Amino acid sequence: MDALDVARWQFGVTTVYHFLFVPLTIGLSVLVAILQTMWHRTGNERYLKLTKFYGKLFLINFAMGVVTGIVQEFQFGMNWSDYSRFVGDVFGAPLAIEALVAFFLESTFIGLWIFGWDRLPKRAHLASIWAAAIGTNLSAYFILAANSFMQNPVGYRLNPDTGRAELTDFLAVMTNKVALITFPHTLAGSFLVAGSLVVAVGLYHVIRNRDSADTGAYRFATKFGSWVVLVSTAAVVFTGDIQGKIMTEVQPMKMAAAEGLYTTESPASFSVLTIGSLDGSREVFAIKIPYLLSYLGTGDPNGTVHGINDLQAQYASQYGAGSYTPIIPVTYWSFRFMIAFGMAAAAIALLVLWSQRKGRTPTSKWLLRAGLAMPVLPLLANSFGWIFTEMGRQPWIVFGEMLTRNGVSRSVSLAEVLTSFTAFTLIYATLAVIEVKLLLRYAKAGVPDVSEEHPIDDTHDDAERPLAFAY
Amino acid sequence: MDLTTIWFLLVAVLFTGYFILEGFDFGVGMLLPVLGRDDRERRVLINTIGPVWDGNEVWLITAGGAMFAAFPEWYATLFSGFYLPLLLILLALIARGVAFEYRHKRPEASWKRRWDAAIVVGSLLPAILWGVAFANILRGVPLDADHEYVGGLLNLLNPYALLGGATTLALFLTHGAVFLALKTTGDIRERAGALAVRLGVGAAVLAVGFLTWTLSIRSSAAAVVLAVGAALALLGGVAAAKVRREGWAFTGTAVAIGLAVATLFAALFPNVLPSTLDAAGTLTTTNAASTPYTLKIMTWVAVIFTPIVLAYQGWTYWVFRKRIGVANIPQH
Repeated sequence: MDALDVARWQFGVTTVYHFLFVPLTIGLSVLVAILQTMWHRTGNERYLKLTKFYGKLFLINFAMGVVTGIVQEFQFGMNWSDYSRFVGDVFGAPLAIEALVAFFLESTFIGLWIFGWDRLPKRAHLASIWAAAIGTNLSAYFILAANSFMQNPVGYRLNPDTGRAELTDFLAVMTNKVALITFPHTLAGSFLVAGSLVVAVGLYHVIRNRDSADTGAYRFATKFGSWVVLVSTAAVVFTGDIQGKIMTEVQPMKMAAAEGLYTTESPASFSVLTIGSLDGSREVFAIKIPYLLSYLGTGDPNGTVHGINDLQAQYASQYGAGSYTPIIPVTYWSFRFMIAFGMAAAAIALLVLWSQRKGRTPTSKWLLRAGLAMPVLPLLANSFGWIFTEMGRQPWIVFGEMLTRNGVSRSVSLAEVLTSFTAFTLIYATLAVIEVKLLLRYAKAGVPDVSEEHPIDDTHDDAERPLAFAY
Repeated sequence: MDLTTIWFLLVAVLFTGYFILEGFDFGVGMLLPVLGRDDRERRVLINTIGPVWDGNEVWLITAGGAMFAAFPEWYATLFSGFYLPLLLILLALIARGVAFEYRHKRPEASWKRRWDAAIVVGSLLPAILWGVAFANILRGVPLDADHEYVGGLLNLLNPYALLGGATTLALFLTHGAVFLALKTTGDIRERAGALAVRLGVGAAVLAVGFLTWTLSIRSSAAAVVLAVGAALALLGGVAAAKVRREGWAFTGTAVAIGLAVATLFAALFPNVLPSTLDAAGTLTTTNAASTPYTLKIMTWVAVIFTPIVLAYQGWTYWVFRKRIGVANIPQH
């Protein structure tokens, strides 16, 4: 174990952890904004209750996303300083723009939304949650554009004097085809998580809290969330399919690694299950669907998909001796887990909708158990998707330009990075326990009573009036 | 003015804005056990910054991003070199941010006590460490010819840097007390006002000492003018606090912090991170900068979006301009 290994583990752990909170922030901000809009449009208190209820869950989660996000920005410089030097000219800009354009919008308007219930006119308050939701979703675009440069570097040149990447075409970086398709794919994955949470919490109250006066609200939430899940799943599949074709083109090794495809095939079959030899250089046993991989990768059932061994030989002659193959079991299984967990959530959403058809009330314990598992499934799918896409890029930190091992900070010692890794792991684990407990507590508490709302009242001196919301 | 100078100024402005804004956040957090005698009072204190602390913290994220984009070498060397102090700052900001959001989520006293501790420590550590970090930037650190930091943790804990940490600590405490006097009512307001004067005198002594030492290390005409301005603004702020002119007092401490940070940047220019070893290791606005093309694009983005951000962030402060007191704190 050396400083490089620990730095990699730290980046992996802190990033996956950060991205447990981000999808919910991205998706739930919009869903809460939609619920509040429905309240404005209809005046139906049910939607106000749901807005406040899911808004509370959203905020418990939001705080975690914010604080773990700062770590991400600092970590490039702290642990990957040679990477930062190499790509800073290209990669820094989207990060800075993300902060200026998206994070200010998000953080400022979330504050206005939380504390502004009785301070802002109703429409301005509604606009605040939309502004925060837009900020959150915009931030995803900038950071994905930055990440896409690592997957498929475009719009730059290598300065032979400094050995650094230099930006030559900002528009090309921002419209990188990997970014253009990864953005909707990530958003769809995020809405899958948010929709699942809405279903799980709603279903819990529909089944467990049957005599509640708010059953109507919960039933609505359950159906609303289920439809969000189904539409998101369709979007995930559609964008994922396009993404696969782009990946085959720009990162053929990643596609081969996703499939455990060792030798080039045309037509190539999709592997349902492949078991490779221990050294990862050939397959031992496989169940396959003919033509499918060719179709997924190229759009043509007879298209050629390059194999790991051929690509390895090609890269070795292109970039010099060395291994250019990711860890195949990791890429192979994370790719499959991503798909399986995502699809499982969609299947449960279908069951939930079916259970409520024509006004029926679901009672099944098994359905409840499945429903409660729902938010975890797409979260796992998101995590595995990122593990796949980042591990599949290895050994590169910037594909074709810089190896991960060359990007690490030279001035940071093993002891230092062990210290930080331990500290992050401990604080993150502690906060995870606290966060989940709080989420469960507030999810169980159910929708709030909104009969004693504090409308804006300028006619009276409000020096003594309690705040509508206070920390 | 060339683009690298413009971006040096922008990075300076972002950090200045960050310290002015989060400076009083940190102060409020540290004063929680001092001025908040019971839970309701502590909630008053926390709620003065409730709607704005997150937006204030984005100034840091933007400053970091701007540094990365405009001066990648500076960002890379500084963040990897100051590894452990930055780690502590990160851990503090994590605990503190979550604490604001979670503290009121459960009624138990033990729960609140723990989050109060997180707020106090999470505010105290960055208040000191930012001073230590910026003093070290100004003083210079051991960098080799590849601009790699070759010192250890002890290099960063020199007397000048520690004085820097004490100075930011005192300044943020004063700034926080002044802010609380401006934003609260009743008894808390009185106590905050009185405390601000006592803290302010200490801050003034430390700040004058630190800025004088700073100018003896490196200086420029602009830095001297800014340092004198900082000292005067701080004295004016303390005097205003003494006569309970709270708006002026806050203006005074805000300007003082702004000018003190500006002094450091003015003294530093055109260096961004001097080396105490090989002169070739020194990072400057020129050798640390991105290409003119990148800087030009970033300039356009900054020109378009900065006024918008300032407008809506300013508007937030206007929306939440009212003072709050214990009577305004709801039961739950």
